[in-house]
Amino acid sequence: MVTKRVTLLILAILVIASPFFFPSSFYYRIGSLIFVNGLAVTGLVILIGYAGQISLGHAGFAGIGGYSCALLPAHLGLHPGIAAIVGAILSGAIAWLVGRPILRLKGHYLAIATLGFGILVSMVLANEAWLTKGPDGIEVPDLGLKDVLELVGLDLSNSQFWYWFSGIAFVIGAWVALNLYDSPSGRALRALHGSEIAARTVGIDVARLKLQAFVISAVYASLAGSLLALQNKFITPDVAGFMHSIEWVTMAVLGGAGSVLGAFFGAAILTTLPQVLTVFQEYEQILLGLVMMLCMIFMRDGLLPSVLRLIRGKDK
Amino acid sequence: MAELMQFVLSGLTVGAVYALVALGFTIIYNASDVVNFAQGEFVMLGGMITVFANMAGLPIPLAALTAIVVTAVAGVALNKLAIEPARGAPVVSLIIITIGASIFMRGLAQVVFDKQLHRFPAFTGDTPIMIMGATILPQALWVLFGALVVFAGLWAFFTRTLTGKAVLATSNNRLAAQLVGINTNWVMTMSFALSAGIGALAGVLVTPITNTSYDVGIALALKGFAAAMLGGMGNPIGALVGGLLLGLIEALTAGYISSVYKDAAAFVVILLVLFFMPRGIFGKSSTDRV
Repeated sequence: MVTKRVTLLILAILVIASPFFFPSSFYYRIGSLIFVNGLAVTGLVILIGYAGQISLGHAGFAGIGGYSCALLPAHLGLHPGIAAIVGAILSGAIAWLVGRPILRLKGHYLAIATLGFGILVSMVLANEAWLTKGPDGIEVPDLGLKDVLELVGLDLSNSQFWYWFSGIAFVIGAWVALNLYDSPSGRALRALHGSEIAARTVGIDVARLKLQAFVISAVYASLAGSLLALQNKFITPDVAGFMHSIEWVTMAVLGGAGSVLGAFFGAAILTTLPQVLTVFQEYEQILLGLVMMLCMIFMRDGLLPSVLRLIRGKDK
Repeated sequence: MAELMQFVLSGLTVGAVYALVALGFTIIYNASDVVNFAQGEFVMLGGMITVFANMAGLPIPLAALTAIVVTAVAGVALNKLAIEPARGAPVVSLIIITIGASIFMRGLAQVVFDKQLHRFPAFTGDTPIMIMGATILPQALWVLFGALVVFAGLWAFFTRTLTGKAVLATSNNRLAAQLVGINTNWVMTMSFALSAGIGALAGVLVTPITNTSYDVGIALALKGFAAAMLGGMGNPIGALVGGLLLGLIEALTAGYISSVYKDAAAFVVILLVLFFMPRGIFGKSSTDRV
């Protein structure tokens, strides 16, 4: 695989160099969406790629993170930035509570349990209108950091600011995930991915590690949800919806669930694809479904591992 | 009392549809270990094709038959074009393939048909029948009757026919089944056709009550999946009981607690059941081979 330093270098170059090729400011917006998705998908790489557990409900945590940025400033007067951190802690705590019983399940049972969790979160967000203003969504206050930068002489447009902010957040997230990969915990996670029973026999606390991976990935998803809410200045319950969870899992698997670099490419492709497909209007969904199927059939290990194998000319 | 009876009747009607979808999940899961998230789209196709074949001039029974056959062919195509080429892929990849297939079918239905709500007349009129102070639509009886017939038919198929036993053998151990001369590819094809056909039948039966449109599939797939897991994946009796139970829970929640949270009830119950019975109500405990 690609080493840690090379991965970080590639990601940093992509973040810094891409704007030179942007024909219009609209591309900053796409870029920042890619980084936000990339952040959430990096979390899923830890859960799916490292630990080998499945989740079809991670958008639920994005919902918690996103709505924290809307509700905590409005009701408790917290700064939106602090609210995002509180949201991440809340998501981590909920993941810890829910994860303990859920992570004993395997395969499809884990899939339906996480799916159920995600749907419950989106349902609460849509139905508790007294708090969340219901399915139509709610406004999110401005982060205020852009104005501070303006004071010190850095005058960025709104989409430029969010491009750089999400880009930095994503690279930091990738750095943490890459460090985890080579840490004792990361090695133990990969061991339990290979064989849970073998991992247990060599003395790895399987339950605790799975829970750790689940909580970490929930925090990633929550922060991604907060970033999304803050840059859109608006959030709806759809952010926690089933299709959003699926979108992220698809990005992770499409890129190659085992690697952070793969997560980025998966996020980049599936974030840009719908923008490209809008040209085809009513045929958009047909093409999206087709791309999902074809990618998984012909590149079942994901894009990056398949491409790397092709370059190296090895069979496995 | 009449109120409770009313909730039970409507719960059983909805539950019968969930049970049919869950049976479809079970058949495909047994034959191929794949959880087919496109199962809900079969229900949608069943309803939509009947509507449009009927508008094109076919009488309802013939239109329904067309819908079931066309959907069964779609199921076989799904197996041949998307599932078989990906054999041996990880669970997540297979889930994404079937979700991709469901998005594809939904998109296709939106282009070929339209985005409107549709229905066709109930088979035997719309005059409600009174049972113990509660009312039930004649069409709801058709739904219940249909679910029972399908279940009895499947039971006979799996226990009384050689082909059915071949399917069971394949689900137990694919390699061993091949060794005794069972054509497992054909078993897969048949399972997908059967599962899609049952889904389409559910669509035909329920459309006069609930209406149909191109996007009804995903919710049904989630509920059917939940019902199958509730009963214990891979177990036809579990699918039937899980489906009916899910329908009852939803109806009682809607009636006595909160109608906006009726969909939530299903998932709360599933989480609780899985906490205490990690393999569903009828699931057998299994041991892992190391």
